[in-house]
Amino acid sequence: MSGENLTSSEYIKHHLTNLTYGQNPNGSWGIADGSDAAKEMGFWALNIDTMAVSVILGFVFIYFFKKAASTATAGVPGGLQNFVEWVVEFVEDSVKDSFNGRNPLVAPLALTIFVWIILMNTMDLVPVDYLPHLASMMGVPYLKVVPTTDPNLTFAMALGVFFLILFYSIKIKGAGGFFAELAFHPFPKYLMPFNLFLEGVSLISKPISLALRLFGNMYAGEMIFILIALLPLGTQWMLSLPWAIFHILIVVLQAFIFMTLTIVYLSMAHEESH
Amino acid sequence: MNINATLIGQTIAFIMFVWFCMKYVWPPIIAALEERKTKIAEGLAAAERGEKEQKLAEKKATKVMHEARIEASDIIDLANVRAGEMIEEAKGKAVEEVAKVKKGAEVEIEQEVANAREALREEVSVLALSAAEKIIKSEIDANKHKKLIDDVSKQLGAA
Repeated sequence: MSGENLTSSEYIKHHLTNLTYGQNPNGSWGIADGSDAAKEMGFWALNIDTMAVSVILGFVFIYFFKKAASTATAGVPGGLQNFVEWVVEFVEDSVKDSFNGRNPLVAPLALTIFVWIILMNTMDLVPVDYLPHLASMMGVPYLKVVPTTDPNLTFAMALGVFFLILFYSIKIKGAGGFFAELAFHPFPKYLMPFNLFLEGVSLISKPISLALRLFGNMYAGEMIFILIALLPLGTQWMLSLPWAIFHILIVVLQAFIFMTLTIVYLSMAHEESH
Repeated sequence: MNINATLIGQTIAFIMFVWFCMKYVWPPIIAALEERKTKIAEGLAAAERGEKEQKLAEKKATKVMHEARIEASDIIDLANVRAGEMIEEAKGKAVEEVAKVKKGAEVEIEQEVANAREALREEVSVLALSAAEKIIKSEIDANKHKKLIDDVSKQLGAA
């Protein structure tokens, strides 16, 4: 528990509030005080904690993988290289299994998604109070340490994937071909509006489901950690330990699902017909 | 929980990380993996080739040894035959030599015997003559009885 003067709901709220920087309604720029104030800042505000943690973790990924990549040889691999190669081979196998086209972007994209999401999800396993408490001691009022519990991040990744889907659909099939795919399935041509609606929904649902699945799983997991943290000190570990162990599975599984669905969606974008 | 400009920031960060991964992380690792794969494949192929060659060499060695054994037995056979021939030859020569030596010895012996007989006869005849002379010194005239003495000597010689 962070402060004695906090009620449970305030405690939970505090933990679920991003550190948002933007323009206050009164015209001054600064950190929003609570999520309501953040909401009033409108679209042009930045969740500094999400950005910072995700970019730092992205650099962690880049640093270790780049290090392994620049020392990679065909000889006997060392520890880091071995691990990196294992991950790379795992991702490559997944891509080979699900992706039928030829595209040099897909495998690195899948690797980035997989490792980056795992790293961000793993922040969930850091005890819920450590980093926010440390931050508040340093004068930072809010800190949400798990970037994947911020829908901004999950939607950003899902939208990135969605734009790739659109780009490759049009690039491979042509604008007409892509339109035909949306308009002339699953029913005959004279039901085109109905087809467009159906296929449009299924197309739009891809990024939304990607983003919400990851966000929902991690948000719920984090929420349960916070609730457990509200329990009396002696009983916390009885619940937080099993939940953390179970959460290790969620951490990897959600990253894997996001990666696999990205590959599958891009594979569908590369295929000529249904 | 608000959608705000973080969305754009995260999209940019995402694109940058993917780009960096695609440019600098993925290709060298995959290249190393491929290289190792080919290396291992080559190694395995070489091992297989070596095994095959060894088997071939073993087969060849067996064949050569077999041939050598046959040749050796041929040589031994030939040698045996030759040895037999040589022994036979030597035997023949020895028999011939023996016969020659024997003949020579026989001739010599005969010669010796003839010589001895001649010497004996002469001696005997001389002895006989001298004995006869002693006995019949006075009565027999050497001239008168020359014919008789010659006869006797001839008879002795014939004996």
